[in-house]
Amino acid sequence: MDIKIGIPRGLLYYYYFPLWNKFFETLGAEVVVSQPTNKKIIENGVKNTVDEACLPVKVYHGHVMDLKDRVDFLFVPKLMSIYKNEYICPKFCGLPEMVSSSVKDLPPLIDTVINFRKSRKKLFKAVYEIGSHVTKNVSEIEHAYSEGITNYHNYRALMKQGILPIDMNKDHFQKRKVISVNQQKVVLLGHPYNLYDPLLSMNIVEKLRAKDVMVITPEMMDTATINRYANQMDKKMFWSFGRKIMGTAFYAMEDPTISGMIYLSSFGCGLDSVIADIAERRVRRSSKKPFTVLTLDEHTGEAGIDTRIEAFVDMIRWREKNENNFSSHG
Amino acid sequence: MKITFPHMGSTHIGIKCLFDELGVETVIPPKISKKTLEIGTKYAPELICLPLKITLGNYIESIERGADTIVVTGSCGPCRYGYYSEVQKEILKDLGHDVEMVVLEAPHGNIPEFLKRVHKISNTKNPLKIAKSLKNAAKVLKRLNEIEAQMLQLRPHEMNKGDFDQVYKQLIKNLENSCGAKEMLINIEGAFKHIIGIPLKRKEDALKVGIVGEIYTVIEDAANVDIGKKLNDMGVEVYKSHSASEWLTENIFYRSIGLTSEQKIEEASDPYMKTLIGGHAKETIGHTVLYSERGFDGVIQVLPFTCMPEIVSMSILPRVQQDHNIPVLSLIIDELTGEAGYLTRVEAYIDLLRNRRESKKDEKMLSRH
Repeated sequence: MDIKIGIPRGLLYYYYFPLWNKFFETLGAEVVVSQPTNKKIIENGVKNTVDEACLPVKVYHGHVMDLKDRVDFLFVPKLMSIYKNEYICPKFCGLPEMVSSSVKDLPPLIDTVINFRKSRKKLFKAVYEIGSHVTKNVSEIEHAYSEGITNYHNYRALMKQGILPIDMNKDHFQKRKVISVNQQKVVLLGHPYNLYDPLLSMNIVEKLRAKDVMVITPEMMDTATINRYANQMDKKMFWSFGRKIMGTAFYAMEDPTISGMIYLSSFGCGLDSVIADIAERRVRRSSKKPFTVLTLDEHTGEAGIDTRIEAFVDMIRWREKNENNFSSHG
Repeated sequence: MKITFPHMGSTHIGIKCLFDELGVETVIPPKISKKTLEIGTKYAPELICLPLKITLGNYIESIERGADTIVVTGSCGPCRYGYYSEVQKEILKDLGHDVEMVVLEAPHGNIPEFLKRVHKISNTKNPLKIAKSLKNAAKVLKRLNEIEAQMLQLRPHEMNKGDFDQVYKQLIKNLENSCGAKEMLINIEGAFKHIIGIPLKRKEDALKVGIVGEIYTVIEDAANVDIGKKLNDMGVEVYKSHSASEWLTENIFYRSIGLTSEQKIEEASDPYMKTLIGGHAKETIGHTVLYSERGFDGVIQVLPFTCMPEIVSMSILPRVQQDHNIPVLSLIIDELTGEAGYLTRVEAYIDLLRNRRESKKDEKMLSRH
């Protein structure tokens, strides 16, 4: 019987899933993904995590609860750092420990440390450690990893073309709307786990698209552009995803085709409290573009968010229409 | 150039000593007050952690008193502390304060930049003079921290309430008015003599409680509702897991040559947390384990609201609590913290510790017969 490996549909699932899914499948394991985030998952997560944790971490715990009784292993890597001299977030560094302390009766965790802060030399060692739960054959693991990486690069390439994870499930290519002439471009900032989880983000991408707004996220941006703009800070931004968000925000300030920015943040997120504030201050100081922060937590009501999205879109449309038409007679 | 710096417990004495020795003028920020916190809360991002808000208040109050350069230490993640200086720079810029911020952090290979920063604030390029001043300041801070640690352990036993407070208050006042390490050390040694002379009445059954958690809230009494004193007043001996001088020797001395003085603490926390995750999360776990092994009655964790590393340790602590049979209380602190509410919780916790001790005693008595 195949070994069943559970991957919780939370946190960096929306970023790295194609890599690990392909990797484990090529090795001959069965990959089980938790259900799309739903009320019950959120409820379970909230119940089993300390109150102070941020919503995405709570939801991740909910996904772990959803999987734990139907898999042989749970894939909860300890992601410390993915780029040189950068980190992700302290909660990611301690995620396996948090999960194993908060959730009872867990299957064994694959909690390999992934830390490229100093160099990537140990990459294969980490990959081998992860793969060794399925097979001990080194060349098989190597092969599976290169398959996984190819799959991941294809996925990232699609994202850069503007095809988001939510588009990939359905027949996106037919459904994609033709870009109309006066379509507004709005940059949606935030962590991938907030932006691409349809329930957590309350479908904000679809809602904006339905209002004929083109949505741009940090994952669609060109890496070189992000790096160039993010380097405007005096001190290097040491959070990888923070740097992406920051670079995208600074780019959006300058690109004349972009009409505004929405920052989707989760309550209690340490990174967002820093990045959103710096981005907001810089946007207000040196550009005239609208910038709004929507904060999500487990109590956020959808109607409130809808109203704010509507107001934001109305505002950028009115700006477009009326900005230059002020009567000189008052 | 008038240099200012943030408050953290009595660290300002050590920093003042350092710049006195170097011959640089300093502006000590006014003692942290409600106003400091109000200023900080008004201008800082809403959901950022408390230390940023208080230190921002410190800076603004110092700028009002003429400071034009801010000196702080930094770090390179993953905790938010590493980006404090950038956020605060943006805020001060928006407020129209034209000050320079000099951040001292691990050079990460860029040693010329580090030296440039050091020379900018040190009024000299003589490395010997800088090293000597630093050494003297570290000594002052170390002795001062020793007095504070002693006080937290002896204060519950004092015969006449207020003796220790009086000596300490006078000491800080004297230190703020003295200049340079020599004068400060004379004052501190004098205070040590005073403390030895304070009449004590040993309470045999005094509880022992350790304070762990985020370093700023552990050290700065204005941020932790002065928990050390409150516990002392309830007759509890208090042991703090962090002190500024330990942090200094660990970071400036041991880490720079690739060592650590905290081997034991790290090992104690290994079963619960495999790696360092930023901030002092691993130390929080390690200290809790060690305190229980030393026979402490309880451990209180203090952390600022939304503190990322401490949230991780907070979710692991229940397991430590179970394995090592030591009750842990987590106190989360933000600008809205009401003192009365905290006092009630701490009192209830101390009652629980007393009852545990009593029942242990009873068990022993019963089993003997």
